[in-house]
Amino acid sequence: MPSLKDIRKRIASVKSTQQITKAMKMVAAAKLRRAQEGITQARPYADKMREVIGSLSVRVEQNHHPLLVRREVKKREILMTTSDRGLCGGYNQNVIREVTRLLKETEEGVEVQLNIIGRKGLDYFKRRDYPIRKEYRNILGDIDYKVAAEVGKDIVAAYESEEFDELVMVYNHFRSAISQVVTVQKLLPIEPIPVPEDAVITEYIYEPSEKAILNQLLPRYVEVQIFRAMLEALASEYGARMTAMESATNNASEMIDRLTLDMNRARQAAITKELMEIVGGAEALK
Amino acid sequence: MAEKSFLLEVVTPRRLVLSEKVDEITAPGELGEFGVLPGHIPFFATLGIGEVMYRQGESKRYIAVSWGFAEVLGNKVTILAEIAELDTEIDVERAKRKKELAEEKLKTMSADDKDYLKVKASLNKAMTRMIVAGRRM
Repeated sequence: MPSLKDIRKRIASVKSTQQITKAMKMVAAAKLRRAQEGITQARPYADKMREVIGSLSVRVEQNHHPLLVRREVKKREILMTTSDRGLCGGYNQNVIREVTRLLKETEEGVEVQLNIIGRKGLDYFKRRDYPIRKEYRNILGDIDYKVAAEVGKDIVAAYESEEFDELVMVYNHFRSAISQVVTVQKLLPIEPIPVPEDAVITEYIYEPSEKAILNQLLPRYVEVQIFRAMLEALASEYGARMTAMESATNNASEMIDRLTLDMNRARQAAITKELMEIVGGAEALK
Repeated sequence: MAEKSFLLEVVTPRRLVLSEKVDEITAPGELGEFGVLPGHIPFFATLGIGEVMYRQGESKRYIAVSWGFAEVLGNKVTILAEIAELDTEIDVERAKRKKELAEEKLKTMSADDKDYLKVKASLNKAMTRMIVAGRRM
């Protein structure tokens, strides 16, 4: 049985760990709130954009824009979002597992390249020598639209110059603080956006032309989708971290209780032993 | 048209900047400034860098916008902009710094430089911000 001193040391150490996990949980909760707000605030823009593209593509013949053209898939690109930091439960593992599955199920003759956001995914796939086209670190902390726009521009340019024929995004979709779902979303070529059949088609005056507007909108649509995915991923990361830290804190509490019990037992034993010794000593003196 | 006012919504990827009843707006279309009064026909335009003015009764307010789209439909005008800042939110010091920086850069550049347009746009944005901020009441 460990000595009283050892147990005391353990308790102190578990306690300080618990303090850290508790603090991390609170930080994650605060950041989660902000990230969630970000999602809500970004929604109107993305929705409106979808709507506009939907109504425009009815008017303009399909396939006139490179981002809409379907090519035979020879090269596929995966854009995955992981976190830069750990201690967030299964968050990164889930994304990595999904990407690994996609890689395994790739049809024959199709090359796959990775675009990785976040250090965790990067470390994993780099160690395993997967082809990585682009990597982004530390861009998730405080997402700016500009950052997403840069990622988007790079991807659109690469797609237009036919470096790849299809782009899939893999990220954690934020459902709630305790539930994040890994989502695979095809981003390029842009799927025609269905227009509800009963939609009233209004005749607009366009300035400049329908085509010119659509040409400007489509690349931006890609950016907005990436931006949204990044926001979702960030909120999911904080959610996952919060849950992980919550359970870590609870586990620490349990451990402290158990150790305290051990400690008391050891102390009791020590006292009993001492008493016995004193009594024994007194007996011997008689 | 009986309505005297319509709804103006300004949205950026980050947030909803404004959603208010207004009586008139003017906006910097890519092909030139345009104005909207109640009862305008459906209209869709791309926006350049410039200021959006909106009038409520007698008071006029301004928003600095940069790149985006405006949709006029029925009783609602929606502006989707990459950047939109209300006159009261603009950081004048920052705009000044940006303006000086862009001017410095432009001195050493020719019109053929590949960044020329970018710097020019950045100068334009900074100036718009300063003008809009100057309209603050």
